[in-house]
Order: sequence, then structure tokens, then C-alpha cells
Amino acid sequence: MPDEYEIVYKTYKDLPLSPIAKGKSLVFKTGSWRTMKPKLVLENCKKCGICWKYCPDVSILIVDDYPKIDYNYCKGCGICANECPFDAIVMVEEDSK
Amino acid sequence: MKKVLSGNAAAAYGSKLARAEVISAYPITPQTKIVEKIADLIAVGEFETEFVKVESEHSAMAAAVSASLVGARTFTATSSQGLLLMHEILHWASASRTPIVMVNINRALAPPWSVWADHTDTVAQRDTGWMQFYCESCQEVLDTMLQLYKIAEDKDVMLPAMLSEDAFLLSHTSEIVDMPDQDMVDDFLGSFEPENIMDVDNPMSFGSLSMPHQYFYEFRYKIAEAMEIARSKILEVEKDFEKRFGRSYGGFIDLYRCDDAEIVLVAAGSMSSTIRVAIDELREKGEKIGLARLRVFRPFPIEEFREIAKKAKKIGVLDRSFCFGYEGAFFTEIKSALFDIDERPIVKGYVVGLGGRDVTLDVIHEIIDDCQATTDTRTEPFKWIGLSR
Repeated sequence: MPDEYEIVYKTYKDLPLSPIAKGKSLVFKTGSWRTMKPKLVLENCKKCGICWKYCPDVSILIVDDYPKIDYNYCKGCGICANECPFDAIVMVEEDSK
Repeated sequence: MKKVLSGNAAAAYGSKLARAEVISAYPITPQTKIVEKIADLIAVGEFETEFVKVESEHSAMAAAVSASLVGARTFTATSSQGLLLMHEILHWASASRTPIVMVNINRALAPPWSVWADHTDTVAQRDTGWMQFYCESCQEVLDTMLQLYKIAEDKDVMLPAMLSEDAFLLSHTSEIVDMPDQDMVDDFLGSFEPENIMDVDNPMSFGSLSMPHQYFYEFRYKIAEAMEIARSKILEVEKDFEKRFGRSYGGFIDLYRCDDAEIVLVAAGSMSSTIRVAIDELREKGEKIGLARLRVFRPFPIEEFREIAKKAKKIGVLDRSFCFGYEGAFFTEIKSALFDIDERPIVKGYVVGLGGRDVTLDVIHEIIDDCQATTDTRTEPFKWIGLSR
């Protein structure tokens, strides 16, 4: 994480009132926790947007009508693969291609 | 303007007079009438506020924290099991420094089911970083709510506050309440202008992770410091309130006939009124008894109890709650506050009124008789009064 987003202080008096950090979620990537990851099978995709709607972590974006997975934040929960009626998303091991 | 109000209605009108901007609450007996009265006031167009209907008390408190973080003056109310469901978010509220004001109707915890007066629900929230006040009358409920917004929103305090009233004994008892003019309340309270607010144009993360070497420890110290600052603010606000509205409640402790009292009883909430009657009866006979009504439990009135201990020979502490494996919490804490003084009075504890068991005049007289007879508390530091043995 870049230093500019750290809460820097010398004494407790320098700290803000609430434990707040500037823009932290933009730079603090949380996708490294995965063991499984979703993989798109775009030839099956009907562009229905169900995966986008169900993703609990806003990690599926719609780009040019098709889903795109933001692996910086996806936790690999598998809800998108479970909800897709057309098998256009499958879960694979994190290390597989 | 004078109105006949129950303790519940006084709380609802308190939120209106304070111009609470967001209210999120879930109904629970005996607090339901607060939520209903607020809904009524909104429906007839008398109260302009954002009322958030939630599916649980956990959500009610979470919504209150969020609303407060975006800079809204916030109110909620609950009781008993509902307060316990909020417990996790009570810590979030204090550590996020959101000056939410909450009314809790003191009700027993199940099982067995009981909807009647008992202080265990709020005493169990002692360590959440909330200020805690206990009220005796409907007027005090309304007045204390206004005081609490002023104390909680002080820029050097910024901590949430809960106000407690006894189930039914106060929540459903109607009394004449002097409603202050809106102009006077506006002038007293001003608007809520916090320094840090959640703002979509300036995004920030709230409550993010702190590693052990970072700042968690320091943030806890800041809460401790704010709670100490609250001590002087509570007294300042009480004085200011008295000057403007002509009523006061003694700040931390409401003293009744204590000046020359040899025995001082300590109690919180509605049973204080019964104790006043017992004291008046005994004073007629020349017995020197007084009441120190505990009004503020957090921050704890340490110095105030030391002052009482300088003059009183004996202190009897009534607890409407019990900490299993030890004794009543008020009893423990008063003894702890007196540990460092040179000459300590005899301090004896009394467990009363659990699950709404009536604390009658007879109960109070039994306690006073026991206090008078007690010369040593080593063998029996406290008693359960009226227990069927």
C-alpha cells in the first residue's frame, strides 16, 4: 500500500476522530484471499447480467455488454458460477489457467 | 406548554424537539410506544425526519451509525433483548465517535420471559463506550434527552449516549411534562456539525484494519480521554440547561436530604421515588436518612461518591441487576471508588426488583433497618431482599 494512504501520526493527538483512511479500498487489493476463481466461458454468455446482479462484492463489471471479472477484489465465493443459468462461468483452481 | 405524557411519549417528543434528522428503530415491548408516537408525529406532519424501518435492532444501530457518520443528528430506542442484539454495533458507534442518542427501556432478560423492570440490559453494556444515564420522571426523560445531544455532540466528546427508563414504571406512567418551546431548544442545541463526515466527493474508508503496531491502541485512549472530558461537559450542560429552562437534576448524582444523613441509600431509576417517600417518613421520626440517586453510570461519578462518603456513616446500595459470580454492579463500583480514601463508611449491597419484582415501601424499610443494624460487612457484604427461601 502506498504511504500516502497510511494514517501517519507522532502522538495520539495527531490522529483523526474516527479510524478513517483515505481511499483505502481503492489501493488495498483483497483478491489474493482466493483459492478458487471464476472463469468466463464467453461463448455460452447470453449477456443477461445475472452474474453482475448477484456478485456480493461488485467484482463483476459489464464491459461492452459482456461480464468482466475484477480479480483485484473477487474473493472466489462462486455465487456468479452458481447463479449463471448458461454455464458461462465456471470455478477453477486459483493457480490454473 | 404542559402536556400529559408517558415516559415513552416524552422520549418521542424529545427526539422531535431535538430535531433528530434520522431515526432508525425496531419496536419491542415496552418501547413500542416510542416508535408508534414518532410514526404518529410524522404522519400528521408535525415531525420532519427520515424514519428508517429496519428488520432488527442490529440493523437499527447500524443504520444509526451510518446516518451519524454522514452528519445527521440520530435517534433510536430499544429495550432488553433488542439492546443485546445491538451490542456489537454499540462498540462500532462509540469507536466511530458517532454521537447517537438512544433511549433504552430497562427490561429483564429471558429466560423466563419477563417484560418488566430490571437494569441488567444496560448494566451489561457498561463497557461499550456509551455514556449511560438513568431517569426517574417523564420530565427528566425529556430534559435529559436534550442535554444528551448537547453533551454527545460536543466536539471534544463525540460519544454516543443512552438514556434508561424503567419498563412500565416510567415508560407507561403518564405525568405532567413541561414541553419547552422549540425556539428555546433550537437555541440551546444548535445544529449538528461534525468535523469528519462521510462524503461521496471525498471518499474514505471507515473502520479499516489496524495492525497491532499501528493505531488501534491510541484510538482506544482517545475514547477514554473523551469520556473524561464528558465529565465536565455533563456538569456544564446541566448548568446551562438550568439557566435556560429552570430545571436541574444534580448532574451525576441527584441528592435528596443528604446534608446531615448518616445513612445514604444509592439507587437508580423509578425506585428512587419510593425511597424518597420512605425517607420523608423516617425524617418525621428524626432518623437521618438520605438518597443519592445515581443518574450517570458512565462516566462513573467517582469524586461525587467520595464526597458523599466523607459525611455518611453508612451507604446502602440498591442494585436492580446482578453480576453472577460476584454482586450488583453499582455496589462493586461504589466500593471501588471509595477504596483510596482514608476513612471509608460501611457500604452494603442489596439486590432488589429483578424481573420487575415490586420494590415497595416495605422493601425500602427492610433495607434501611438492615443498614441501621449492620456494623460489619465482612461476613455478608450484600443481601437479596424479599427472596422466597
